[in-house]
Amino acid sequence: MRSIILAGLCSAMLLSGAAYAQSGAPIKIANVAELSGGGATVGTNWKNGIDLAVEEINAKGGILGRKIEVSHADSQSNPGVARAQVQKALDSEPYVLLGPGYSGSVKVTAPLAAEAGITQIMGGEAAELTQAGNKFLFRTSFGQQSSMPKVAKYINDELKAKSVAVVWVNNDFGRGGRDVITKEFNRLGIKVAADLSTEAGQADFAADVSKIKAAAPDAVFIYVNEEESARILKEIKRQGVTAPLIGETTLVGQKVIELAGDAANGARGHVGLTTDAPVEAIKAFRDRFVKKYNYVPDHNGLKGYLAIYMVKATTEKMGKVDSKAFADTLHGLTIKTSTEPNILMDVTFDQNGDIDRQGFLVEVVEGKQVVKQVLPKLN
Amino acid sequence: MSNLLDLIVAGLATGAIYALVAVGFTLLWQTSQTINFAQGEFVMLPAFLMLAVMHLGAPFWLAVLVGVLLSALLLGLAFKMLLVDPMLRHGVLPLAIATMALAIGIKEAVKQFFSAEASPFPSIVPVGDVSVLGRAISLQSLGVLAVAILAVVGLTTLLNRTSLGHQMQAAAQNPTVARIIGVPVERMILLTFLINAVLVALASLLITPIYLAKFSSGEVLGQAAFIAAIVGGFNQVRGAIAGGLLIGVVDNLAAAYVSTQYRAAVPMVLLILVILFRPQGLLGRAEERTV
Amino acid sequence: MSKHGRLLLAALAIVVIGGLIIVPMNFNRYGLYILSQWAVMTIAAMGLNLTLGYAGQVSLAQGAFVGIGAYGAAILTTHGWPLIASLGLVIVICFIVGWLLGYPALRVQHHYLAFVTLAFSTLMFLVFRNESWLTNGIYGISNIPRPEILGFPTRKPLPFYYLCLGSLALVTLAMWWLIRSPWGRAFMALRENPIRAQSLGIDTRRYTLMAFAIGSVLGGIAGVLYAPLTQYVDPVPFNLQLSLDLLMMVIVGGSGFMFGPFLGAMIAVLLPEWLRVAEGYYLMLYALAVIALLIYSPTGILGILDRYLGSRRTQAASALRAAAQSKLEAAQ
Repeated sequence: MRSIILAGLCSAMLLSGAAYAQSGAPIKIANVAELSGGGATVGTNWKNGIDLAVEEINAKGGILGRKIEVSHADSQSNPGVARAQVQKALDSEPYVLLGPGYSGSVKVTAPLAAEAGITQIMGGEAAELTQAGNKFLFRTSFGQQSSMPKVAKYINDELKAKSVAVVWVNNDFGRGGRDVITKEFNRLGIKVAADLSTEAGQADFAADVSKIKAAAPDAVFIYVNEEESARILKEIKRQGVTAPLIGETTLVGQKVIELAGDAANGARGHVGLTTDAPVEAIKAFRDRFVKKYNYVPDHNGLKGYLAIYMVKATTEKMGKVDSKAFADTLHGLTIKTSTEPNILMDVTFDQNGDIDRQGFLVEVVEGKQVVKQVLPKLN
Repeated sequence: MSNLLDLIVAGLATGAIYALVAVGFTLLWQTSQTINFAQGEFVMLPAFLMLAVMHLGAPFWLAVLVGVLLSALLLGLAFKMLLVDPMLRHGVLPLAIATMALAIGIKEAVKQFFSAEASPFPSIVPVGDVSVLGRAISLQSLGVLAVAILAVVGLTTLLNRTSLGHQMQAAAQNPTVARIIGVPVERMILLTFLINAVLVALASLLITPIYLAKFSSGEVLGQAAFIAAIVGGFNQVRGAIAGGLLIGVVDNLAAAYVSTQYRAAVPMVLLILVILFRPQGLLGRAEERTV
Repeated sequence: MSKHGRLLLAALAIVVIGGLIIVPMNFNRYGLYILSQWAVMTIAAMGLNLTLGYAGQVSLAQGAFVGIGAYGAAILTTHGWPLIASLGLVIVICFIVGWLLGYPALRVQHHYLAFVTLAFSTLMFLVFRNESWLTNGIYGISNIPRPEILGFPTRKPLPFYYLCLGSLALVTLAMWWLIRSPWGRAFMALRENPIRAQSLGIDTRRYTLMAFAIGSVLGGIAGVLYAPLTQYVDPVPFNLQLSLDLLMMVIVGGSGFMFGPFLGAMIAVLLPEWLRVAEGYYLMLYALAVIALLIYSPTGILGILDRYLGSRRTQAASALRAAAQSKLEAAQ
């Protein structure tokens, strides 16, 4: 008898606790991103994507009836500051930690989040981030270890190139991509005819392009940021280099086309996440984003937006707001657009926190991005 | 050989941009011993002022006019009265540090009130290439070079050939004596800052279509122009042209023949050599000031 | 200073030191991290204050020396060296490099020297980034261990903060001694009037190089603490901006004042954190605050105090004079 009463009491307490959670306090999420310094454009896109998603979800009543509250902190694009801000965010015990975007900042903060048992959903693309056995770290986009082999395969199979010039921006993003794809080229027996490091914010690509010209490669792989992509495309046209130009999202995006004009025609690339994707949900996202912020986001805007919907889908899957069980639930989870339309494309997370999703091979034709090939989701 | 020529012509085109920004550095130093670490941001800001006016529906020419006027008001008058005046007599360093803080402030304000995104900017020079020495070079770059040379010729003539210019130089080199012989020192210094403000607005107008309007574009520009000014001769306006063009060309040659990873090192080595063996800069003259 | 004032100062020092030891005991990890950062930056700024504030040589390379120290500690401790051993090596390296970098100071003066050191800063950044075999390039060095000091592990934030604070105390004592030694007086003679210093028989060459070398060593020491503090080192934090920030700390705190760097580092490290409540506007407010401070007192925070004390002294003196005069008049 007594045990029954006790059990009843317990369940009543649990229920009331659940009820409190249902109607009560907002879910606190902390975002630490590059809002000033060298990564400010990346971080601002990421932040805006987050804010848009939070606004949408809260307008519809939140997650499991609870509103989301996001705090944003600026890492100044400096790993030391990022560490301080993540420490501060973790001290306030958030449900989930978002960011940062720079791989170095992720590397210095990931152990802290793991130690606190808080899931970290970040924007970094460096291959090694998810290979350290961290059980609390998740990507929002393809890591370079999964995007670069697709590009290398395309250069090998479709272009049948035997030698390639590699142009990369000398920061952790560019260097990481360059290292992975160079390894792939070696494996496929493709010769790297020229290996050209460029600077972020570089204005003059005459020397780099003349080196490409001298190396006379079968294809040119370009892995620099959008603005520099536009400048080098113009210089390539000016110097009359005719080899096919291959890149990633940052070579064939709408912004590059806008800035480079004619010179962008013929550029091809693998695109994991782009507002130009031929997916209705993404086009609709883009319209909502432009309406709120008055500019077209790059893929970092999409990443921030998806991070919040990852939180929503995972929480709804658990049926409760449980910080401790979050990472376990997200490992191996497939989020389908049929249940969560705003995840935009079906996506699966593996045990390392890596992502599996549809990708595209596109070419710029007469100032428009044209999808040449859809790379299906693996499983 | 044609390759080398290509690199030189392209380097001159980029160097012209550095030169145009560097002119203001040398002018402020020559006439008021101000090292303006915010010069790059001074070039970045007017384009945004013009864009803001255009957002209000004004035509481009009006936006340019308002932009230049606002620039004279903010970057000339307000900068001089609020920041330079109270600090000038306390030596070079506190003022230099204050301009560093100002650079942060301007960058953050543009990012916060406009956007962190790069936006395109209309070009007043027609877009397109002409052939120079058998190599395609953009009309925009030629426009920048032309304005930079005009600015330097104009300023040099003003400073060395007119009585106004002589007064400005006197006010800079020895304010006390200048005052005694009846030079309106305050007005002369103010004039310098107004000229610099109009110059950066012009530079902004010409450079932004190439660099895009972005809050951070002043960082790269400011540093390159700073180095150009030192190499050319910090205390001579014409040194800016020589320094700017030289840095543009050397940068390209370094990337082509030394190492792309170390391309930024070569202008630095050049800078150290110039200072050790010809501290007044290539075209500068030795400073007569005692300390 | 009067006996009364000296007592007051001693009491103030005890309160501040006691506060720095006791108050952070119940700080959270973030607070301790920021305070540790402050201590580290103060050490670096003290080095620059010696070069600039006492010996009058403008250096824009202090950030590069912090970088050398941080990389030295990161590379050596991840290869199993104890931190104290890597500190020894960093001190030697920074002393030699600082000494060599001082040579241009013998040929050129003032802003030209600043330009040479600026070029050095940029070159060092490129070395950190490009020489991957040594520094692991842009990827940086992670998992830098925190040391054991006399058998006490400093892995946790509070012990590590005490390590930083203790290092700061040692450096401050060394500096205090140095400034009061004949060397310190020679440095100041150099700043006030190099020609006169030379005519008084001071070997200006040696003292100029010495000021550079010692200042650089302090930058290196700060770097050695920075590496285990963040436990990750990459090239980006050691670009030219750090040198400019350190210069700002010295000027804002009060160049040539023993405790200027303490306040300057407080403005540079703690003020932005306090202003973070303003969210997106915090760096703008920070810039405005620095500008306003410099306009109000171009000689820095301690310049204000100095002026205040100076005017108090003048007031006191004129009060005495007035009293004496009235007495004199009364006597007549």
